Amino acid sequence: MATKADVLDFIRVYADKMAEHRQELTDYDQAIGDGDHGINMSRGFKAVMEKLPTVEEKNIDDILKAVGMTLVSTVGGASGPLYGTAFMKAGAAVKGKEELSNEDILLALDEAVGGIQFRGKAVEGEKTILDSMIPAINAIKASLADGKTMAEALVAGESAAWNGVEYTKTIIATKGRASYLGERSIGHQDPGATSMAYAFQAINEVAQKAGN
Amino acid sequence: MVGIVVVSHSQKVAEGAVELARQMAPEARIAAAGGMEDGSIGTDVSKILAAIEAVEEGDGVVILVDLGSAVMSSEMAMEMLNDSSHVKIIDAPIVEGTIFGSVEASIGSSFEEVVEVLAGAKAYKKF
Repeated sequence: MATKADVLDFIRVYADKMAEHRQELTDYDQAIGDGDHGINMSRGFKAVMEKLPTVEEKNIDDILKAVGMTLVSTVGGASGPLYGTAFMKAGAAVKGKEELSNEDILLALDEAVGGIQFRGKAVEGEKTILDSMIPAINAIKASLADGKTMAEALVAGESAAWNGVEYTKTIIATKGRASYLGERSIGHQDPGATSMAYAFQAINEVAQKAGN
Repeated sequence: MVGIVVVSHSQKVAEGAVELARQMAPEARIAAAGGMEDGSIGTDVSKILAAIEAVEEGDGVVILVDLGSAVMSSEMAMEMLNDSSHVKIIDAPIVEGTIFGSVEASIGSSFEEVVEVLAGAKAYKKF
């Protein structure tokens, strides 16, 4: 389960990570894209942090939707509509909630990944955000099905996300700006898959701290 | 009159395309939605939404885009409209499409006619 405080904590921890890894994400993007992923994500989450105090008293769905709306109008690159849609869909999945059960968390993750697939018209294996996100969600579900706790499942989720990032080094980009590079995109990790792995890192860190 | 919205990552590209189109069709309802609020490179859903609302007068709106997130941001702006049945993102060169669309719209063509002309803009040969 996750309380509203955990959700707010996740947003803050993730925003910190986007600021901290700004240059790293931009470097990955410079290699295969337009070199702005870290700049865009940190700008978007800086705006989210400015917005957060005005919505933190609301329900979890309103908080997540406000994060999404802020991202779509401040990130600037494709990650704005993609991450923005993910947060908005996750919010819509947990309407009216002050607290999330494990089922709610899984539903929110499923809706978020569905939103990204819909928005980006992408599938797994195209060197995108999805290549860390889908394995992470699958690992979380598999761990829970094995009788593990959510905290344990989130450790597995983060690990699967980073494995997914490694996998993106081996494949050709067929979506987004990197697709113009064709085979030259091989050997480089996908910046979007990387920023998404940091999201699962943030969720995991918050869950370990919260002890649930 | 059918409205035209120009969505580019660059404010200058969007405004430049509008400037060129205005020269040919001064009375066209056309709006630039380029760059971010602070003028930096990117596309901004709320800026696009405001541009659609600014040119919409009931006859429909066509959106010309450059690449990548311009398409996704425009789709999101469309989803935020109450009725997007007469709003369409056009797959055409952004500058040429803006000019062709503005001229066609300014002579009073319908939404369907403007869309059809713009479908041809992609195949237009310059020489």
